[in-house]
Amino acid sequence: MHVQPILAALRRHKAGTALIALQIALTLAIVCNALFIIHQRLSHLSEPTGIDEANLFVIESQWAGDLSNQQVDSQIQSDLAALRQLPGVRDAAPSNSYPLRGGGWDDFIMMTPEQKEKTTDASVYLSDEHLLDTLGVKLIAGRNFRPDEIEPMGEREDKMPSVAIVTKALADKLYPDGSALGKTFYSMSPRPITIIGIIERLQRQEVDTWSRDYVYQDMLWPRRLDTQWGTYYIVRAKPGQLAAAMRESRKALIAQNRMRIIDPDDGVLSFAEIRHRAYDSDRGMAILMGIICAVLLVITGAGIVGLTSFWVGQRRKQIGIRRALGATRHDILGYFLAENLLIGVAGVLIGIVLAVAINLWMIMHVEMTRLPLWYVLASVAVLLLLGQGAALAPALRASRVSPVVATRTI
Amino acid sequence: MFAYYFDLALRSLKRNPVLTGLMVVAIGFGVAASMITYSVFRAVSGDPIPDKSARLFAPQIDSWGPEHNLKGEPPLALNYVDAMALMHAHIAKRQTLLYPVSLPVLPAGNRSLPAKGSGYAVYGDFFRMFEVPFLYGDGWSTAQDESRAAVVVLSEEFNQKQFGGANSVGREINIGGHDYRIVGVTRHWNPVPRFYSLFGSSGFGRPADFYVSFTRALDLRTDTAGNNSCRGTIKMSGWDDWLHSNCVWIEPWVELDNANEVARYRSFLEAYSADQQRAGRFSWAPNVRLRDVTEWLEYMRVVPPESRISLLVSLGFLVICLVNTIGLLLAKFMRRAGEIGVRRALGASRREIYMQFLMEAATVGLFGGLLGLLLTAAGISGVGLLFRPEIARLAHVDLVLVAMTLGVAVTATVVAAFYPTWRAAQVQPAWHLKTN
Repeated sequence: MHVQPILAALRRHKAGTALIALQIALTLAIVCNALFIIHQRLSHLSEPTGIDEANLFVIESQWAGDLSNQQVDSQIQSDLAALRQLPGVRDAAPSNSYPLRGGGWDDFIMMTPEQKEKTTDASVYLSDEHLLDTLGVKLIAGRNFRPDEIEPMGEREDKMPSVAIVTKALADKLYPDGSALGKTFYSMSPRPITIIGIIERLQRQEVDTWSRDYVYQDMLWPRRLDTQWGTYYIVRAKPGQLAAAMRESRKALIAQNRMRIIDPDDGVLSFAEIRHRAYDSDRGMAILMGIICAVLLVITGAGIVGLTSFWVGQRRKQIGIRRALGATRHDILGYFLAENLLIGVAGVLIGIVLAVAINLWMIMHVEMTRLPLWYVLASVAVLLLLGQGAALAPALRASRVSPVVATRTI
Repeated sequence: MFAYYFDLALRSLKRNPVLTGLMVVAIGFGVAASMITYSVFRAVSGDPIPDKSARLFAPQIDSWGPEHNLKGEPPLALNYVDAMALMHAHIAKRQTLLYPVSLPVLPAGNRSLPAKGSGYAVYGDFFRMFEVPFLYGDGWSTAQDESRAAVVVLSEEFNQKQFGGANSVGREINIGGHDYRIVGVTRHWNPVPRFYSLFGSSGFGRPADFYVSFTRALDLRTDTAGNNSCRGTIKMSGWDDWLHSNCVWIEPWVELDNANEVARYRSFLEAYSADQQRAGRFSWAPNVRLRDVTEWLEYMRVVPPESRISLLVSLGFLVICLVNTIGLLLAKFMRRAGEIGVRRALGASRREIYMQFLMEAATVGLFGGLLGLLLTAAGISGVGLLFRPEIARLAHVDLVLVAMTLGVAVTATVVAAFYPTWRAAQVQPAWHLKTN
């Protein structure tokens, strides 16, 4: 196949050639970045939480009235006793928050009380000795809290614990040599906290961009947090009894004390629902980018079909002449495919530059990381194949032009 | 003439239904994607208080110092001590402090169960500063702030729920276990984004149910339902320790009418910080900011990155659809070189060729716009799939959006048609008459 005659022909169709190349370039740039966004979002929302999501639900119970800390604490204890007795419930724990809630308490961690710059940041969960079993997280070193370590803690009260359970991610961050168990750290307080247990994995309360550097870094304090506002109960249902346990729990709490607010819509949320809410913008972006990519590829493909058909129509006479002079059908087919490939290559070369430029712009302006090379290569392959596929039908039609055409209208 | 060209356009478009369909679909999808994402973008990036956004300011004071501040920028809210100092100095014409609260509303009337309520603790100036419209009654006075009166303003929606929409001014309501006297009921009011409370909030939440007196809320030790951000090692053994800690949680706003007042307030902030430095409370030079609403929204990055990215990608998509249309129009027009040759030979001027083909493009654009309108309507009803619910509910179709959809479709297609039309008008009649 000689490239010379193709280039000569293209020179006579500068505008059409440029338009197809431009369209391929722009499509490549957008598809490439959109696929990367999809990948980022999907990998974000498929991060495991480390807990028994299938059987978990969370109750948000607000107090009605102005209760003292003592009143709140005894109410929480009665609520927990009632919840743990329910037939469909395996275990329940009080908490200030839960994974994927979308925000909550986090503390800076220091290694010495004098340290000014933080070592890292950790999400804070306040609960009792039932939390590990309730969440279904795995204790990989040390021990759980003892019941006598659990104390009530009012808001703004100086009841910092002296022991804590931390996630492996936090333990490794503080003591990279793996010796965290039994060692201490400081959590914005002058008193040290000793690590008594390490759990395998637990997601933070928020999954926002700012916390990406601290992902899976949590500490558990042996404290029941008593606030004017209310509390969360994390409940683990027995396998297969989630829906029943959710209904029973709401009833049991109202029966315990009517002076409380459990929102009818989102007062009791299954973890599936919590996960759905936590990642809705990630899922939305992935869907939108997916739709745009698909429609874009179809439109670009259709555009190539349209223009190539036009060229074939325009050159019927020339094709006839070539056929009359001995070119095979195969030669004609090859000619149009090669022509398309040439334009495609020019398009993807410009497209790569555009894709990288868009990516760099997004890194500067909208929280984005660098585009991996293989995304570019995959998109290049997709677009070249799309171009060949789109050119195939018109090219086949061209190859069927009869040599007789050459003799007709001259 | 117009009708004649329109008729010609329809005939010509009918001749190549596939090519025409392709162009219409491309423009329809391109415009719809842009309009759907634009409808979200315009909602999240709008000016929430257009006639006053240049006169309302959020003062910031660096109470954390270079070791703890936000890469040189002061914290995004004030601690209690600085907030009170700003209030007492009373330099601005109007000023308020505020923080979000979430409190139960106890049973009253025919309700037997307590209800959830969320709102803000604010000063009396809040209502005038932010031009809150009232249905009944009014806000409260500065004197009532000072006498720490237990007063509350309800929102129209909350008044509807609690009092069936009746004029409740003068009645009592139990919020968080304490009685408040209702002094006013606002009309529906929910500036989007909620510029005045962005510390720890996206700015797109549910509208507030009530506004309670800041001074009264503090007396009752009502905790913030919003962010509370502290630095360093903190001693925390109760409410008073917390008030005097470096924890920031109060959002301040001041109203300043002209450049002089702004300059005066700025120098006040500087002087206050310098005083604190002299008194040994701050061990760093004054570092203050005074941003107006527009600057504050920008600085707080209120527009979600998702909205920005999706608008950009959609616009890129529209550009590709237009490039596609240019190519297809070129093919379509050039295929009719013979026809153009005949028309030119029979006396049509270049101008008339231009008119005819641009009209044809406009017709394609119009159909694309109509398809785009359908897709936009469908897309906006499904926008909940693409954005967070609190953002998605802001997107809506209105006359402006309908006009924009059609306008963008027709204009963009006509612009795209310029080059193909120019090529069509260049056709040499003699050459085409000869060869065909």
